[in-house]
Order: sequence, then C-alpha cells, then structure tokens
Amino acid sequence: METNQAAHDAAHSQTVGPAARKRLWKVFWLLLAITLVEVALAFTHINKDLLNTVFFAFTIVKAYYIVGYFMHLKTERSELAWILLLPFVLLLYFIFMALYEGTAFHHVLFGS
Amino acid sequence: MTTEKLSIWAGGKSPFSIHWGKLYMWIFLVSDAFTFSSLLISYGVLRHKFLEVWPHAYEVFVHFPLFGEKSVPLAYVGLMTFILILSSVTMVLAVEASHRKSKKEILIWLSLTIIGGFFFLGSQAWEWTHFIMGSEQGAIHLIKTPDNKFNGQIAHWTNEDRTAIILPDRTVLSPSQSTPYIANSEKVEGANLEVNEYGPPMFADYFFGVTGFHGFHVFSGVAINIIVLILVWKGSFDKSGNYGIIENIGLYWHFVDLVWVFVFTCFYLV
Repeated sequence: METNQAAHDAAHSQTVGPAARKRLWKVFWLLLAITLVEVALAFTHINKDLLNTVFFAFTIVKAYYIVGYFMHLKTERSELAWILLLPFVLLLYFIFMALYEGTAFHHVLFGS
Repeated sequence: MTTEKLSIWAGGKSPFSIHWGKLYMWIFLVSDAFTFSSLLISYGVLRHKFLEVWPHAYEVFVHFPLFGEKSVPLAYVGLMTFILILSSVTMVLAVEASHRKSKKEILIWLSLTIIGGFFFLGSQAWEWTHFIMGSEQGAIHLIKTPDNKFNGQIAHWTNEDRTAIILPDRTVLSPSQSTPYIANSEKVEGANLEVNEYGPPMFADYFFGVTGFHGFHVFSGVAINIIVLILVWKGSFDKSGNYGIIENIGLYWHFVDLVWVFVFTCFYLV
C-alpha cells in the first residue's frame, strides 16, 4: 500500500503545480508549431507520397503528446496504458483488409 | 495476514489505481476511437479508389472571414485547429486546478474551455455554409459525354465566360472542344449529399459525415462542460471535495481534440 501511495504522489507532482502547468503550455506551443508547419508543407511541391508520410508521422506525434500529457496517460500505470493502446494494433489489419479485400470487392462489383 | 508481497492483481485494491469513473471513460473513448477509425479508414480506401478525380482540399476550403471571394487556402481550418488546441490547454488547466481543489480556477478555466468550444462550433457552421453554398462560378455535372468516359462526373470552368472546361482527369479543353460536353450537362453550385461542385458525391458525403460526427462530439462536450460548470458553481462538490468529474470530462474533451487532429490530416492535409 505504501509503494502505491508513493507512486500516486509521484504521479500527482507531475500533473499538479507550476512546473506541470509550464509543461502543459510547452506542449501547446509544440502542437501549434507542428500544425503551422503542416499547413505550410501543404503548399509545397514535394513528392506527394513522401509528404503524406510526413503528415501522418506528425499526426502520430501530436496524438502522442495529447494522450500522454493532456490526458495524463504517461503518468498512469503502464498496465493501463497497454490495455488501452494495444487494441489499436488491430487497425493495421483493418487497413489491410479494407484495401486488399476492398479492391477485390470493387473488382467484383464494377469489374475494374 | 501474510507478510509476503502480493501482486497488484491479488484483489483488495484498484490494480490501475484510478477511479472507476475514469476507467469507464477511458474504455468508452477506446470504443469511440474505433468508430472514428472505421470512418477514416473507409474514407481513405474510397479516396484511394477515386484518387484521380478527388478534389484537393486547398482548392475547396479557401474562404476566410472578411476576405470575401479572395482565396486564402486552409487558413480557416488552421484557425479552427488552433482554437481547439487552445481549448484543450484550458481544459487540462481546469483539471490541474481540480487536483488543487481550487474552485475559482476551475470555474475560470472551464468557462474558457466552453467559449473555445462555441468558437469551434461557430467556425464549423461557417465552414459548412461556404461548402454548401459553393463558389460563385459553380461547376457542371456531366450527364453524357462524347466518349462516355466521364458520365456523371464533375467538370470545372477554366474561364470567366463559362465556355471552356477542365475534365475530371485534369485535361484542359478549348471552348470548341468543351461545347459537346457542356451541351449535355447541368449546372452545380455548392454541395449536398447527392451532388457537389468539387468532385465525386462521396467527397461531400464523407465531409458532412465525418466532420458532422466530430462536430456533434464537440457539441456534446460543450453541453457536458456547461452542466459540470453549473454543478461546480452551485457547490455540488464542495462537501466531498472530490472533483474527479473534471478529470473525466477533461478526458472526453481531449479526445475530441485528438480526433480533430486526425480529421484535419485526412480531410485537409493529405
């Protein structure tokens, strides 16, 4: 029980107080900077596939900061984070299924 | 009582050391995230299928308040994103204040979050209005084309007099080449669920569906925030000193921001 309390206090000190507030504003400026860079990049004429990869990489970075710092998942027990995040691996299979079987299905329906 | 160390799964205490309400909120958000994932993945697959005729976001979302018909691409969604991120910070600051049981600060930050939410909803209404009304020029819906290749698709004007068009595969035609196309077509202005001037019907359908579903989440979030604001203000949590509900609505609000990050990428950037 004591170790539980200690862990709780440590998590508390990371989410409460002047240092925590400062960190939150830092995350805000980071998210804003990434968004501005993204909008700027949308007007460049770099290879479209490369650009899309960059956009999705930035999106994952933004998601990491929102979930980790705004939703405090970084300060929760790691077991909880695993349970909540692991199911999203299934989305990879979903994308594969939608593209691969979706293409076959489209072929059957429209013949092209 | 044994002195050996028991695993956290042995019972008698919360293995995740969080309140059940927060755990429920997290599990709900995971399920909601899967709903949005399904929408976005199906959007991606269909868009991939119609890649050649799919419109570019920077050609569709070009309006900005007070700029009239002048083209300011993507600036407005950039502003909407800024508003939502800002309201996320004010929300997390309300959560921080709730840990210190500072009722006054909770009221301030939560009020600012609600204002941010209203700004976002208003912006979305504005964006939708322009999307539905369309451009001054409009476009044409090709009913029957000479080679039957673009039947039912959208072509755009390339000049002010509306005599020449650009085909869906981005082939530019001269006025004389355009005539047979224009003869069997009808004018389209703006967007609805059946036809839109920007591209395939699917484009507007997904735009309305996904941004609408997200906007509805924002609307619910604002409503929930207002209810909790009133409860805090009335002093419903004064006696217990337990402001856990702020953390739960905070999770929901950040999730709405998180979804927007993905919607923004899929609909406006890619």
